[in-house]
Amino acid sequence: MATLEIRDLHVTVEADNATKEILKGVDLTVKQGETHAIMGPNGSGKSTLAYSLAGHPKYTVTGGTVTLDGEDVLAMSVDERARAGLFLAMQYPVEVPGVSVSNFLRTSATAVRGEAPKLRTWVKEVKENMERLHMDPSFAERNVNEGFSGGEKKRHEILQLELLKPQVAILDETDSGLDVDALRIVSEGVNRVRETGETGTLLITHYTRILRYIKPDFVHVFSGGRIVESGGPELADKLENEGYEAYTKGGVSA
Amino acid sequence: MAEQNIPVGSTTAGSIAVAAESTVATRMSAPPSYDVADFPVPHGREEEWRFTPLERLRGLHDGTAVATGEGLKVVVEAPEGVTVENVGRDDARLGKAGTPVDRVAAQAYSAFEQASVVTVPKETVLTEPIRIAVHGEGGTAFGHQVIELGAFAEALVVIDHTGDAVLAANIDYVLGDGAKLTVVSVQDWDDKAVHVAQHNALVGRDASFKSVVVTFGGDVVRLHPRVSYTGPGGEAELFGLYFTDAGQHQEHRLLVDHNTPHCRSHVVYKGALQGEGAHAVWIGDVLIEAKAEGTDTYEMNRNLVLTDGSRVDSVPNLEIETGEIVGAGHASTTGRFDDEQLFYLMARGIPEHEARRLVVRGFFAELVQQIGVPDIEERLLVKIEEELEAAVA
Repeated sequence: MATLEIRDLHVTVEADNATKEILKGVDLTVKQGETHAIMGPNGSGKSTLAYSLAGHPKYTVTGGTVTLDGEDVLAMSVDERARAGLFLAMQYPVEVPGVSVSNFLRTSATAVRGEAPKLRTWVKEVKENMERLHMDPSFAERNVNEGFSGGEKKRHEILQLELLKPQVAILDETDSGLDVDALRIVSEGVNRVRETGETGTLLITHYTRILRYIKPDFVHVFSGGRIVESGGPELADKLENEGYEAYTKGGVSA
Repeated sequence: MAEQNIPVGSTTAGSIAVAAESTVATRMSAPPSYDVADFPVPHGREEEWRFTPLERLRGLHDGTAVATGEGLKVVVEAPEGVTVENVGRDDARLGKAGTPVDRVAAQAYSAFEQASVVTVPKETVLTEPIRIAVHGEGGTAFGHQVIELGAFAEALVVIDHTGDAVLAANIDYVLGDGAKLTVVSVQDWDDKAVHVAQHNALVGRDASFKSVVVTFGGDVVRLHPRVSYTGPGGEAELFGLYFTDAGQHQEHRLLVDHNTPHCRSHVVYKGALQGEGAHAVWIGDVLIEAKAEGTDTYEMNRNLVLTDGSRVDSVPNLEIETGEIVGAGHASTTGRFDDEQLFYLMARGIPEHEARRLVVRGFFAELVQQIGVPDIEERLLVKIEEELEAAVA
C-alpha cells in the first residue's frame, strides 16, 4: 500500500535577500485510500507544503524527510516525483502557449505510464473524462491554460488527476475561485479518484465549503508552518464555527 | 510567458514618432544609392551599423572583400512557364524594386557581374515552387536576383542558403497588379558563413506578398527585408524565425514603407537564442507617409532567451505622417525561458529536455502555422527539433 510519509519537514524560501523559514517541522502520513484535509489561514505555509512536495525550485528543504513507499522523494527531480506517483493540482496553473491540451495530456500520460497509451483507447478515455467534467471537446485543441477561465483551469487540473491516477494527489486550494456548480463538478472528479481506493488525497484548503462535497477522513489545522491540531471530520465543523482565531493568536505570524 | 523579463544587456525599445526630427531617413549615414562610393566606410557607431560586428564581415563593408569567381553555386529550378535568365549589369529589369540603403548592399550592386532574372508571366499560376539553391563552397560573391511576377500571376519561391560563403546580395521581388508571391528564404549556412542581403519587394495594386525568412546558421547574417507599394490594395506579410546559437550574430532589419493609400502590412518575427555570445538584432521600421491614408499595419517581434550569455536588441519603430489610417501597432517582447512553465510540465512527469522542447516548439508553432505551405512548415518544425536537440543534449 502506497504511503507518503512526511517527517519533521523544514523548508525555507529566499525573499527580499533574506532566507525565511516557512515550514517548521511538518509531520504527516497519508496512506492510499485516505483523504486528509489540511486547513489553515492565509500565509500559514499550506501551499509551501504542496509545492515543496512537488519539488518546486523556489523552495529549499533544510531538514526532515519525505518518502513515498520508503523511496526518498526529496532526492527526486520534479518529473521523477510525478512518475513515482505524486500529483499536485495547482492553485494557479500556468499557460503554456503553443502546446495543445491534447498534446500535453498525451505527453504527460506517456511519461507517467511509461509507455504511450494506445491511440484508440486513449482518445475514448480522454473524451469520457472530459464529458464527466463538463468540458467541451474543443477544449483539447486549445493551448494549455491559455485564456482558460478559473473554473476551466481547475477542471483541467482534475482531468489530469483522473487520467494520471497518482498514488498521492495533493490538491492545492482547488476550490478557490469556483462557483457552486464548478465546485460540485470538480469535487465529483476528486471523489471518483478517491472511490478507486488507489489514491491518497491531501486536500489543502482555506475554506470548509469543499468539505461538504469531499468528506475527509482526517482534518489537520496548519498554522505557523506546521500542523497544530489533528482530528476527524468534526474538526472541520469546529473551524467552520470558530474560524482560525484560536490558532493564529499567540504570536504565530500569518 | 514572463515577457517583462528582459535579460541583462538587452534592449527592447519601441517608439512611435509623429513627424519627429529623428526618422529612419535622417538616421541613415547616406541616402540610398546604387553606387558604393556614395557610402562612407562604416566605423560601427552609425545607427544602421551599431549592432553589427564589422570585424566579422570579412571586408564586405570596406571594399576589401573580392569576388572569388567560384566557390558559390546558384541553381534555379523552375516549373514550366517560368523564364530563368542570366543577364548583364545593364539589364533594365535590375534594381527596380528598391535602392541599396547601406554600404554593403551598394557594394553588392556595384560588384556583381551577372544577375539572375526569374519571370513568371502574367496570369500564370504555378502549382510547383520555384527553387533556388545557393550553396557556398568557401567563396566570396556579390549577387543580384530578380523575381518578377506579371499581373495576377501566383508563385511560391524557396531560396535555400547552405554551405560556407561570404555573400553580399540584393534581391528584387516585383509583383504586378493582383499577383501573389510567397518567398521562403532559408539561411541554413555553415558556422563560418557571412551573409548580408537586402530584399526589396515592390507590391503592385491588390497584390499580396508573403515573405518567410528563416535564419538558423552562419557566423554573421544581416538581412534587410523591405517593402513598398505601387498601388492601393497591396498586402505584405513578413514572417521571420531565427534560432541564434552560441557566437552567432543574426540581424533582421525590416522596413515597410507605406507610400500608397489603403495597403496592409503584417510583420511577425520570432527568435530563440541559446549559448554564449548569441546575438539577435531585430529592427522593425514602418513608415506611414502622409499620402498613405487607410493604412493597416502591425509588427511584432518576440524573443525567447533559452540560456544566459545571449543578447537581444529589438527595436520596433513606427513613423506616422497621417492619422487617417485603419490601424498601426507594434509589440516587442524578450523573455527568458519560463521556469514556471517548465515546473508545470515536469510536475506532470515530463522530463526536463522534453518539457523544454514542448515550450520552444510551442513558441514557434504559432508562427510556422501561418506560413501556409505544408511541406515548408513540416521542414521548419524538423529543423527546430534539430536545433533543440543540439541545445538540450
